[in-house]
Amino acid sequence: MTTLKIPVRPEDHAQGDENAVCTLVEYGDYQCPHCGRAYPIVKRIQKHFGKRLRFVFRNFPLNEIHPQAESAAETAEFAGTHGKFWEMHDRLFENQTRFSPMLFEELAQEMKLDPADLLDALTKGEYRAHVRSDFMGGARSGVNGTPTFFINGQRHDGPFDYEDLVEAIEGRLAAA
Amino acid sequence: MAAILTAGTPAPDFTLHVTPDQTLSLSELRGKPVILAFYPADWSPVCGDQMGLYNEILPEFHKYGAQLLGVSVDGVWCHEAFAKDRRYHFPLLADFEPKGAVAQAYGAYRKQEGVSERALFVLDKNGVIAWSYISPVAVNPGADGILQALEDLPK
Repeated sequence: MTTLKIPVRPEDHAQGDENAVCTLVEYGDYQCPHCGRAYPIVKRIQKHFGKRLRFVFRNFPLNEIHPQAESAAETAEFAGTHGKFWEMHDRLFENQTRFSPMLFEELAQEMKLDPADLLDALTKGEYRAHVRSDFMGGARSGVNGTPTFFINGQRHDGPFDYEDLVEAIEGRLAAA
Repeated sequence: MAAILTAGTPAPDFTLHVTPDQTLSLSELRGKPVILAFYPADWSPVCGDQMGLYNEILPEFHKYGAQLLGVSVDGVWCHEAFAKDRRYHFPLLADFEPKGAVAQAYGAYRKQEGVSERALFVLDKNGVIAWSYISPVAVNPGADGILQALEDLPK
């Protein structure tokens, strides 16, 4: 079975109780339509499991097919350093079909972040190494496309519709 | 699933078309590790499919000095259009005539469907298979096995 090689760490972006019995890790790409489809599903999953679930998002931008994925990932990391990772994560997925450098600046502005600082960080590639490190950790863990989910460290193969994920997580909870 | 060639076996040499007017022989790559990725067909419909994933990870393979070769039974023109569409930066070899002969030599051919298995081989710099893996055709095996095999190669 394919397992997560990089355990969840404090520097990860996580939502939910750190002592939750189940941790769901998503390797995702903000420009990937399948990740866009998974976005509201994950929200429902979080609501359904409540305190029992912790959710972690890591970057896996497929830059060759999604030319804006890297900038989007770096934009979210930029927001993260200002404590607004999840807000940006959500806004990016909600605006997935409108990606452009201007949109990223617009989103920053809406969140009261300085668009000039964002532009500067993107130009200098301030978060590139971080995103690449997420990506390589994913590649090492057997991420085979986006989104790839890990439930308590085990790769979830197969569909990721709401029912599929609920069932897979229930299975893990029963085993815990 | 077929029984593929395993570690320790010298990789059978082959010469295949890599573009409509160019061929590549495996023996030309002696001296560096080679990743042979057999896959069933071009134009699989998902984002970040197996070859797409390897295309993204290519810089990492290059750190080990390794050359990645994709192999399927699709013809050269098909490969050319596919590679261009997906912006692949590694060669796709056409195991086209006689169809699937190279896949067969590696034990990675599905006679019934007439396509190759999803089979991976990492060859050392002397052309000997260091690691091989066959994945269920519907499952994209990812790159973790390849990366580990490259790391395990004697320096």
